[in-house]
Amino acid sequence: MNAVPRQKLVVVGNGMAGMRTVEELLALAPARFEITVFGAEPHPNYNRIMLSSVLAGEKAVDDIVINPRAWYADNGVTLHTGDPVLAIDPAAKTVTAASGLVVPYDRLLLSTGSKLLMPPLPGLDLPGVVAFRDIADVEKMLAAAEAGQRAVVIGGGLLGLEAAWGLRRRGMPVAVVHLMPTLMERQLDVEAGHLLQKDLTERGLHFFTGAQSEEIMGSDRAEGLKLADGREVPADLVVVAIGIRPNVDLAKAAGLEVNRGIVVGDDMRSSDPSIYGVGECVEHRGQVFGLVAPLWEQAKVCASRLAGRDEAHYETPPLSTRLKITGIDVFSAGQLTAVDEGDEELVYRDSARGIYKKLVLREDKVVGAVMYGDVADGAWYFQLMREKADIAALRDRMIFGQAYADTTCKGKGTDVAAMADSTQVCGCNGVSKGAIVAAIKAKGLTSLEEVKAHTKAGSSCGQCSSVVLAILSHTTGEVVEAKAAGLCGCTDLGHDEVRRVILTQQLKTMDAVRTALGWRTADGCVKCRPALNYYLLCAWPGEYVDDGQSRFINERAHANIQKDGTYSVVPRMWGGVTTAAELRAIADVADKFQIPTVKVTGGQRIDLLGVRKDQLPAVWADLNKAGMVSGHAYAKGLRTVKTCVGTEWCRFGTQDSTGLGIKLERLMWGTWTPHKFKLAVSGCPRNCAEATIKDLGVICVEAGYDIVVGGNGGIELRGTDHLVRVAREEEVLEYAGAFLQIYREEARYLERTAPWVERVGMDHVKQRVVEDAAGRRAAFARFIHSQTYVQTDPWAERVRGMEAHEFKSLAEVE
Amino acid sequence: MPEWIKVGTLSDIPRLGARTVDTHQGQVAVFRTNEDEVFALFNKCPHKGGPLSEGIVSGKVVVCPLHNWTIDLVSGEATAPDEGCTRPVAARLVEGEIYLSLPPLPEGEGRGEGELSGHRNHLPLTRPSATLSLKGEGI
Ligand SMILES: Cc1cc2nc3c(=O)[nH]c(=O)nc-3n(C[C@H](O)[C@H](O)[C@H](O)COP(=O)(O)OP(=O)(O)OC[C@H]3O[C@@H](n4cnc5c(N)ncnc54)[C@H](O)[C@@H]3O)c2cc1C
Ligand code: HEM
Ligand code: SF4
Ligand code: FES
Repeated sequence: MNAVPRQKLVVVGNGMAGMRTVEELLALAPARFEITVFGAEPHPNYNRIMLSSVLAGEKAVDDIVINPRAWYADNGVTLHTGDPVLAIDPAAKTVTAASGLVVPYDRLLLSTGSKLLMPPLPGLDLPGVVAFRDIADVEKMLAAAEAGQRAVVIGGGLLGLEAAWGLRRRGMPVAVVHLMPTLMERQLDVEAGHLLQKDLTERGLHFFTGAQSEEIMGSDRAEGLKLADGREVPADLVVVAIGIRPNVDLAKAAGLEVNRGIVVGDDMRSSDPSIYGVGECVEHRGQVFGLVAPLWEQAKVCASRLAGRDEAHYETPPLSTRLKITGIDVFSAGQLTAVDEGDEELVYRDSARGIYKKLVLREDKVVGAVMYGDVADGAWYFQLMREKADIAALRDRMIFGQAYADTTCKGKGTDVAAMADSTQVCGCNGVSKGAIVAAIKAKGLTSLEEVKAHTKAGSSCGQCSSVVLAILSHTTGEVVEAKAAGLCGCTDLGHDEVRRVILTQQLKTMDAVRTALGWRTADGCVKCRPALNYYLLCAWPGEYVDDGQSRFINERAHANIQKDGTYSVVPRMWGGVTTAAELRAIADVADKFQIPTVKVTGGQRIDLLGVRKDQLPAVWADLNKAGMVSGHAYAKGLRTVKTCVGTEWCRFGTQDSTGLGIKLERLMWGTWTPHKFKLAVSGCPRNCAEATIKDLGVICVEAGYDIVVGGNGGIELRGTDHLVRVAREEEVLEYAGAFLQIYREEARYLERTAPWVERVGMDHVKQRVVEDAAGRRAAFARFIHSQTYVQTDPWAERVRGMEAHEFKSLAEVE
Repeated sequence: MPEWIKVGTLSDIPRLGARTVDTHQGQVAVFRTNEDEVFALFNKCPHKGGPLSEGIVSGKVVVCPLHNWTIDLVSGEATAPDEGCTRPVAARLVEGEIYLSLPPLPEGEGRGEGELSGHRNHLPLTRPSATLSLKGEGI
C-alpha cells in the first residue's frame, strides 16, 4: 500500500503529560503519526503522583505503571527508555539522544517535566542526600528506611510532607525543616497549617518551622542538617523537597523562547511552530504548573492541535489541592484569606474533633476554600467557585455543608443525590458526576475499580474515591455499597488495598495495621475487626495470633448461637458417613444433657440444638470421647462435604465419591476462609449430592472428575461454573486446594465464592488454577502449609480448659 | 445509699470482651474496653433480648450478636436508627477489682426477667450535639 507517508512525531519525556498527550492523539488520529518516545528514566510511563503511596507502602511500583511496555508496542509507538535526549537541532529537525541515536521529526513534543529546586547548601552532593521526584529517588529512600536510619526532610510543603509521612510509615524517625512559620503555607491558611502540624506531630513527625537550613553536615556522607540558629538535626538521609522549576535546558539550548518555562501559546505551540510543549516544563500566559489537573487539559488541546484540528484553546482551570496522607483530610482552592475589605470569611471550627473550614467570599461568590479534617464538601465549594455561582441564598448555612445549606436537608456527608451533574468529582482528571453516572448506567459498572477503569475518575491521586463510591451506590442502589465500599467507617481504604499493605509492609498485628493505615478509631469496629483478623490469619499462618474478641460469637464459642441465646452443636461426620457407635454417643449426649432437639442438617450430619453455653465443654468432652470433633458448622471456614455412595454401592457410580469426599474433608477441615465454604462430591452426573450448587463440587464421570466452582444454594441461587476435568484423585485434591487458597487470598471478607467468581470472572479463576500450573502448585503448597497450624480440634482444646472464661459466668450475686 | 458488690477482678474479663453476673434482677453483662474501663448493662438487648455479653465490643459500644443492634455501653441506648434502651448498671473499678451496684427495683416491676419490652420507653435518643456532625466519625 502506498498511502501518504506518515508524519514523524518525536516526544521527549516519557512522563505524565507527554504520554497523556500521546493517548489522546492515538484516540483522535491513530494513523497520522509514526511516534517515537524518549525517556530519561529506565521505566515505562508511571503515575508520578503515586510515588508517595509507594513510599508509604500502600502501593507497589508495578501498581503505578500507567502504560506498560506492551501498550507502546500495541500502538506502534517506539520507546527508548533510559536514553535522554541531549540536543535538538531545529533547523535540521532532528533530536540526538545520549545513546547517539539521531531521529528526525516533523513535529516535536517537549514534555520534560521539572527539576527539583536545590537550595544553595554546602554538602548537597554528599551521599545520603536525595530528591523526591522519581522511582530511583524512592528506591534510595526505601533502602535508607530498611537500614533503620534517621531522616530529615527539607521543605514542609505538599511534597515534603508526603515524603516525611512515607518515611515515617516505613519506621524511620523523621524531622521536617520548614522555612516558613506554618506548613503548606501556599495551600493552607495559618490555622489549618497549625492543625496539620498538630496532627502530624501526634503521628510521630518532628517539626522545625521558621527554620533556615545552613549546611548539610558530614564528610563522607550526610550526617545531619545544621540550622542557621546553630541547632543540629542528626540524620543519615536528607530529603530535599523545597520546590520545583521547569526543566528547560534542552529548549533553551535549541534557542526556543524560554522564560521561567518553555513559553507556549493557547495552542500549546512554542516559539518554533513545529515544536509543542506540555506539562510542568511549559509556561502559559506567565503561569507555570505543579499539579496534574491542568496538564490533562493541555494534553487534550495539544493532541487535538497535532491531529490537525485548529479550534482547541488551552485555558488554565481553577485548581484545588489535597494532601495524600492517609487519614488526614485537607482541601484547599483559590484564595486562602480575605485580602481586602471586599472579601469576607466564613469560618467553622470544632476543635474537639479537629475540624476547620473557611470560605472566602467576594461579592456573594466563593473565591476560596480551606478545609481541614472534614473535606466532604470540598467538591461542592469548588464547584460553586468555578461556576462563580451567586451564593447569597446559601450563605447562612453553607459552611455546614451542602446537606445543610440545601433546605431539603437530606442527611450527612456528601449528598450525591443533590449534586449537580456538572459537578466535578475527580479534580485530577476532570470527570464530572454526570460522566460517572452515564458510564455506570451504560456499561453496568458495579465496582470502584470498574468506574476508575472506564472514566479515569479516582485513578490519579485517588482522593475522590469515596465520592465516586457514593455516586456508584446511589446510581445502582444499595446492593453495591456493601460489596464495593471501603472496609468500614474506620478507614476510607477498601479491602484489597488493606490486604496489599498488610503484605507489602509486613504488618502482623491489628494495631500495626490500624496505625500504619491511619484508622480513625483506636480499636476498630464490628466490621473491620473480624475482617482484619481474617486477613492477618491468612497472610501470616502460624505467626499471627488469632484474636477471639474480634470474632463473632459463633466462632469464639465454637458453636452456633440460637435466637434464645442457647447454642447448637454439630459434630463432623466425614463425608456424611457415620457409625452406630457415633450415633449411640450422640443419643447418649442428647439424653444426658436433655437436649431438646436433634435434627439431620442439610449438610449430611446431625445437629444438637438448645445447649446452654456453660454445658458446651461437657457436651464436647463426651463427643470427643466417641472420636467426634467440631464440624465447624459455625465458621467462616470449611463446613461440610456432602457425598453420595458412588461405586461403593450405587449401580450407576463411576468413582468412589464417598471416599474422595472424605479425603477432601480431611484435607480442608479447620481452614478459615472469607466466608463459609461447602463442598459436595457426586458419583455420577445424576448428581445426588447436589454438587452444582456448592462452593466447590466434584462430579465423577467414567473418564475422571469434573471440578465445578462458585455455586450457591442460598438466597441467590447460582449454579457452578465448570473449572476443569482431571483424571486422578490426587489432581482433584491439588486443584481443589489451590482454588480454595486463591479464594482465601483474593476474596474480600464475607464474600462467598459465587459473588467472588462473578466479580473476578471465571477466566481469571481458570488462569490461576488451571493454566498456571506452577502457580497452582504454589497455591496448593501455601494451603498445605497454613493447614499445619489449624488442624487441631477446637472443642478438644476447650475441653482441656482453653478460654475457660468464655463458658463460665463471672459471679452470682444475691 | 448504693451498695457496691465485688464481682471479680479486671483480669477476669478479656480486653474488648465481657463476662456475665447472675443477679436476682436478671443477668448482667460486665464489659471491659480497650482502655480498661468497665461498664455493666442488663444482659438483654432492647431489640429481642439477645445476650449482649456475646457481642463484639469496640470503643464504648457493643454490637448484639443476634441482629447487630449497636448498644452504647455507658447509657444502654441503641444507636440510631434503632431505638431502645437496656438498663445500665453502675460499675466501678477500684484497684483492679470490679464492683457493681444494682439499681433499686423499679416501681411495679417484680423479680425475674420478664421486663424487657418495658424498656422501649426510655426515649428520645437524639442528642442535640449530633446536629452539627457532618461526617459522623470525626477524623
Ligand atoms: C511525589 C510526588 C507527588 C505528587 N503528588 C501530586 C498530587 O497529589 N497531585 C497533583 O496534581 N500533582 C502531584 N505531583 C505533581 C505531578 O506528578 C506532576 O505535575 C506531573 O508528573 C508532571 O507531569 P510532566 O509530564 O510534566 O512531568 P513528569 O511526569 O516529571 O515527566 C517528565 C519526564 O521527562 C523525562 N525527561 C526529562 N528530560 C528529558 C530528556 N532530555 N530526555 C528524555 N526524557 C527526559 C523525565 O525523566 C520524566 O520522566 C506530585 C509529584 C511528585 C514528585
Ligand atoms: C436412577 C437414578 C437415581 C438413583 C439410583 C439415585 C440414588 C440416590 C441415592 C443412593 C441417594 C442417597 C445418596 C447419599 O446420601 O449417600 C440419593 C440422594 C439424592 N438424590 Fe438421587 N438417585 C437417582 C436419581 C436422582 C435424580 C434424577 C435426582 C434429581 C432430579 C436425584 C436427586 C437426589 C437428591 C436431591 C438426593 C439427596 C436427598 C437428601 O439429601 O435428602 N436423584 N439418590
Ligand atoms: S450421583 Fe450417581 S453414583 Fe451417586 S448416588 Fe446418585 S446415581 Fe449413584
Ligand atoms: S436481639 Fe439484639 S439485635 Fe436483635
